[in-house]
Amino acid sequence: MAENKVSTGSTGESGSTGESGSTGESGTTGESGTHALDARTAFEYAPAPESRAVVDLRSSYGLFIDGEFTAPGAGSSFKTVSPATEEVLAEVTEASAEDVDAAVKAARRAYDKVWSRMPGRERAKYLYRIARIVQERSRELAVLESLDNGKPIRESRDVDVPLVASWFFYYAGWADKLEYAGLRSTQPLGVAAQVIPWNFPLMMLAWKIAPALAAGNTVVLKPAETTPLTALLFAEICQQADLPPGVVNIVTGAGETGKALVAHPGVDKVAFTGSTEVGRAIAKAVAGTEKRVTLELGGKAANIVFDDAPVDQAVEGIVNGIFFNQGHVCCAGSRLLVQESVAEEVLHSLKRRMATLRVGDPLDKNTDIGAINSRDQLEKIHELSDTGDAEGAERWAPQCELPSTGFWFPPTIFTGVTQAHRIAREEIFGPVLSVLTFRTPAEAVEKANNTPFGLSAGVWSDKGSRILWMADQLRAGVVWANTFNRFDPASPFGGYKESGYGREGGRHGLEAYVR
Amino acid sequence: MSERLEVRKTYKLYVGGAFPRSESGRSYEVTDAKGKFLANASQASRKDGRDAVGAARKAFGGWSTRTPYNRGQVLYRVAEVLEGRRAQFVEEVSASEGLSRSKAETSVDAATDRLVWYAGWADKLAQVVGGANPVAGPYFNFSLPDPTGVVAILAPQDSSLLGLVSTIAPAIVSGNTTVVVSSYQRPLPAITLSEVMATSDVPGGVVNILTGDAAEIGPWLASHMDVNALDLAGIEDADLVRDLEVAAAENLKRVLRPAPGTDWTAQPGLERMTAFLETKTVWHPIGI
Repeated sequence: MAENKVSTGSTGESGSTGESGSTGESGTTGESGTHALDARTAFEYAPAPESRAVVDLRSSYGLFIDGEFTAPGAGSSFKTVSPATEEVLAEVTEASAEDVDAAVKAARRAYDKVWSRMPGRERAKYLYRIARIVQERSRELAVLESLDNGKPIRESRDVDVPLVASWFFYYAGWADKLEYAGLRSTQPLGVAAQVIPWNFPLMMLAWKIAPALAAGNTVVLKPAETTPLTALLFAEICQQADLPPGVVNIVTGAGETGKALVAHPGVDKVAFTGSTEVGRAIAKAVAGTEKRVTLELGGKAANIVFDDAPVDQAVEGIVNGIFFNQGHVCCAGSRLLVQESVAEEVLHSLKRRMATLRVGDPLDKNTDIGAINSRDQLEKIHELSDTGDAEGAERWAPQCELPSTGFWFPPTIFTGVTQAHRIAREEIFGPVLSVLTFRTPAEAVEKANNTPFGLSAGVWSDKGSRILWMADQLRAGVVWANTFNRFDPASPFGGYKESGYGREGGRHGLEAYVR
Repeated sequence: MSERLEVRKTYKLYVGGAFPRSESGRSYEVTDAKGKFLANASQASRKDGRDAVGAARKAFGGWSTRTPYNRGQVLYRVAEVLEGRRAQFVEEVSASEGLSRSKAETSVDAATDRLVWYAGWADKLAQVVGGANPVAGPYFNFSLPDPTGVVAILAPQDSSLLGLVSTIAPAIVSGNTTVVVSSYQRPLPAITLSEVMATSDVPGGVVNILTGDAAEIGPWLASHMDVNALDLAGIEDADLVRDLEVAAAENLKRVLRPAPGTDWTAQPGLERMTAFLETKTVWHPIGI
């Protein structure tokens, strides 16, 4: 079984532990004094790039419909680039409405003739097979994910791909046990239209496909425009597993393809992960139909640090919360709420820790922060963080050299942020942390809940009763206490309010795929 | 000696624990199934709807943090008080729905029993829909249900009491607060039910009942940004269902779609409760 481990955030191991006692007055000397280590020079790392040779990229890809790839080059296409180098990786087909129709029809045939009639224990075996092949080809998947998405290989290797395998492994086990899940029914819905984002391309695929197939549905999945490659590799894995044709169909494309898929009358279920704006449009598009919908949308999580929290662990959690995956995380801890009495100490440690973060080549095994996924996203991050300056917050980023090609943004914090600032209200979806302070637990709750979102929250404190009280008060679907950004197939994930509806993971995740 | 003249009841709205008339000053004539005049009911306006949402939001913090045991007792108390008014409800349901006395009795009794059934769920639901999650790591991880918030209920049009109770009880038992638009043609049992609520330890604002036209008030509730969920049980017009769902999408309200032909006498499942619940998952590391 895969281990679910986010190495940037492992509590207990902490880059700055050795000097943590010297915070406070001596803090300034810690950074510039002659005896202090300068992390930028003292910890010089040799490059440790993961080899790309393991990935066999084709120059162009067709769509995966009814168990086969369509011929590439038919119809329009688009290029997918490596965000770290802007190198074109491959040409990918843009699925038209006719392509989507063909995929939905293939899924319907597979549903009617094969998949819905197959005993659960046989469906389970296909899913176990897929889990195993994902494990076998994990290195290849991780490298391709980092290439196409820009995330550090350390994360794709240690977080994304192991979770993908575990997701299939977990839901495989449910396929022949649905009658024990205590759900409304054990009957599948039919054909599921699934539209996923670019931040965790393969992991989001697994979150969508595994429960759908376990419950007996067939799927048409559209990966994000900028990150289609691992989904296409997953199509090959389906072939290797001898998954019956049409059970999984992958159509690549952009917004128009997604719209055609969601609106297709042959679809019984829509599952979407992405922005609240698109989620809202999907909810409107399916209004008045019989289609069932689950939406996993944006967030603006508060990561709340109390004065009794162990500072070094909290700082690791803050770093993991906002800089994991370049901050391209819907549940990112993008608002730090720190108790006023320890704000100075926490910020001092946080800045020192941030100075040790390594930004650069996603395929380098020592990289902490990779490339921003696209030029568009980089522009959005610039635009929103500029409003932080304009509205009077104070920006700080460690000195770090960014590569000259590709899309990059340094890890950044804003202090002096108020609840009215746009950077405290809107999802930046990048490595930008807004810092606010509070005095009492009640104030922390009020500020944390003062958002239209409600996906996740973090609490750092040594006091058990306070943690449980906070967890009870926070209006968020996932509360991480003394940890952050943990994911597991057995653990339900999803939001309150405008962060969407429905849960993915665990027994709850099956509910979205049965009648 | 002359026969005593009965004292008629003024049927008003129920908002925030009080019984106001519609701020619009409007009323409409309510008749029995045969067309005989029964009463003038208040015709709620969109402003009444907004007032009711405000009252429901204000009541949410208190109601949702009551212990489940306490909420169960309050719901049971509602059943007790409803039972005490059995004769009155039988009369109103019989007149409103055109039922024989014995059928009306069956329907009222079913409504009472439905409340008792839901009352018992208050302190059991979390164990049935929540639990510990066996994650692959040194973490204690559990999921619990949490009420969604303010639920707007467009109550069934035909089943004036049983349908009404069957939509309100599952929403409030878990800690939600509600704004209810009653059956338009058959509003009298709804207002009498609000008198039951007012005398059953249900805090003011937890259940707000408006009489009037769901097609008129519904769109304002569906688009209200402080409403978290929408129950469309009483909407039959497919176009209106779509429009309400579109409006509800603006702040991603949870929408429970209507199921035409629902048999309100049938044993309900968990769905009407789980439709208005969030699942909250809490993680904490295990270590020494």
